[in-house]
Amino acid sequence: MSTVLVIAEHLGGKLNPSTAKCVTCAATISGAAIDVVVFAADGAAVAQEAASLSGVRAVLRVDKPVNAEPVAAVLAPQIAKLAADYTHVLGPSTTFGKDLMPRVAGLLGVNQASDVMAVEGPHRFKRPIYAGNAILTIDVPPDAKVVATVRVASFEAAATGGNAAVETVAVDVPLPTHTRFVDRSAAKPGRPDLQSARRVVSGGRALGSSENFKIIYSLADRLGAAVGASRAAVDAGYVPNDMQVGQTGKIIAPELYVAIGISGAIQHMTGIKDARTIVAINKDSEAPIFEIADFGLVGDLFSIVPELEKQLGS
Amino acid sequence: MRRVMVGIKRVVDFNVRVRVRPDNTGVITDGVKMSINPFDEIALEEALRIKERGLADEILVVSVGPAEAQQQLRTALAMGADRAILVQNAGSAAPLTVARVFRKLIERESPFLVMLGKQAIDDDNAQTPQMLAALWDRPQAVACSKLVLAEGKATVTREVDAGLETNEIDLPAVVSVDLRLNEPRYVKLPDIMKAKKKPLDTVTLGDLGVEAANGFKTVRVEPPPQRQKGIVVKDVSELVAALKKKGLV
Repeated sequence: MSTVLVIAEHLGGKLNPSTAKCVTCAATISGAAIDVVVFAADGAAVAQEAASLSGVRAVLRVDKPVNAEPVAAVLAPQIAKLAADYTHVLGPSTTFGKDLMPRVAGLLGVNQASDVMAVEGPHRFKRPIYAGNAILTIDVPPDAKVVATVRVASFEAAATGGNAAVETVAVDVPLPTHTRFVDRSAAKPGRPDLQSARRVVSGGRALGSSENFKIIYSLADRLGAAVGASRAAVDAGYVPNDMQVGQTGKIIAPELYVAIGISGAIQHMTGIKDARTIVAINKDSEAPIFEIADFGLVGDLFSIVPELEKQLGS
Repeated sequence: MRRVMVGIKRVVDFNVRVRVRPDNTGVITDGVKMSINPFDEIALEEALRIKERGLADEILVVSVGPAEAQQQLRTALAMGADRAILVQNAGSAAPLTVARVFRKLIERESPFLVMLGKQAIDDDNAQTPQMLAALWDRPQAVACSKLVLAEGKATVTREVDAGLETNEIDLPAVVSVDLRLNEPRYVKLPDIMKAKKKPLDTVTLGDLGVEAANGFKTVRVEPPPQRQKGIVVKDVSELVAALKKKGLV
C-alpha cells in the first residue's frame, strides 16, 4: 500500500491552492493513505485548512521558529526525516516545490519525478519534456522512494468538507544556518504577474520599437492582462528579458492569450500552447502563429490594436 | 585561487522543432542543431562578469555528456571560460548522477561558487543544482535573478511565484540562474581561435569514482495532444463578438 506525504505550501497564514491539487494527484495513486505536513512558526490555521481537504488521513504540524519562512535548506532535512514512514513524498511544481523537493530527493539519494501530469501506477508517471513538446512516461525503480513535484495545471483541487486529525509532531534533526530569509516583494505592483495571469497580451518584433509597445500595455490594461513579449522583441531591445514568453522565457497557460505582431517561432509556440484560447493578430497570413490560433486576424496591428481596445471598452 | 565552477549541458537548440521518434523511445536528435542550454549560458555569463569585476581568478566549465559536448565546452571557452572538464558519459545522465559528479569535482577544485542553469530545456528536470547543494550541505539560490557578492557571503534575489525573494547565503554555495540575471555575450571569431588552445580535460565517471544513480526507466515518449486549428475572422468586430461569445472578455 502507498503512503503519501504531501508538503503543504502556504503564505500569510493561508494554504496555497497547489496543496489541494497535490492531494488530488496523490489520490490517483490507488489505495494511497494521504497525510499533509505543514511547516510553520505557528501552523494552526493552515493545518485546519489542510484538514478540511477531502481524502486527507492526517495533517502533521511541525511548528518551529525557523520554519516561519519556506527556506529549502531548512525544510529539506525535516522532510527527509519524516519521509522514512512514507512510500511517496509530493510537493507542488510551483517555485516553492521546485526549490524544495529536489533538495529532499538529494538527501534521500533518489532522482525526482518532476512535473507529474498523470499517475499511471504507484511508480509510473507521465511528465512533459522539451517544454511540453513531448510527453515522457517513466518508471521509478520499484525499491526507490518516490519524490515528485506535481504539475498543478494538470489536477483539479481536492474538494473541502473533510475532517482529518491534526497532530503536532517534533522532528529532531540538525538544521543549517547558512541560508537566511531576508524579504519577499511583489515583482510588479499594479499589473498581473505574467506566470499566473488569466489573460496575457504579448507583442513581437513587428511592434518595431520600445515606444510602440505602449499600445500593447494599453490593451493589456483594458483587459486586466499581464504583458509578455516574444524573444525577438526582447532581443531587439524593445522590452526587458523578464517579459519573454517561450521555451527560454516563461511557459504560461492563461485562459486568453493575445499574440500581436508575433510570427510564431517554435520556442514561442512552445511557451503558449497550453493557453485555453489563443488570438493572433499579424499582417502575414502565412505566419506560423495562425496554425495554433483559435482566432486569427490578418492586418496592420497599428490600426487593429487601438480599434480592438476601443471596441472592448464599449 | 578563487574559482567559479559552471555547469554546461549540451541540448537540442531552442529554435529546433522537437519531434518524437516514430518508435516512441525518445526525440529525434540525429542531424539536429545542438547548443549550450540557454540557462547555463546565463550562468557562465554571470561567472565571467564576476571574474571581470576582479572577484574570481578562474572560471572552470564542466559538462557531463557525450564526446560531442566538447563543442559546447569550446564555445564556453570562447565566451571566456579558462578551463574545461568533460565528464564523458554515453546516454543521458540522471540529475543525481550529475550532482554526484559535481560534488566530486568540488572536492578537487574547491570553488567558492557553483553556477548552473535553473533547468535544462531538454529534460526540464530542474533538479541538479538543488541536489548538489543537498549532497554538499551548502546553500542553494534557485532561480536567481540578482547576485551580489560580499566577503564570505552573497545576497541573492530569486524569482518566485509571489514576486521576488531575497536571501542571504554563506559561501561556498550553489546558484541556479534565471533569465533576468543577464544577457549572455556573443562569441567573437578571434575568441573561437584562442579557445582552441585552452585546456579541456576528458574524464569518465569511473575515473572520478562516481557511481551512476539508479535512474528512471523510459517507458514511452509521445507527442502532446495537438491544438485544433482555429478560424480566421475578418475584422475586429467579428473578433470581439467571438471572444464575447466564449465569455473571454
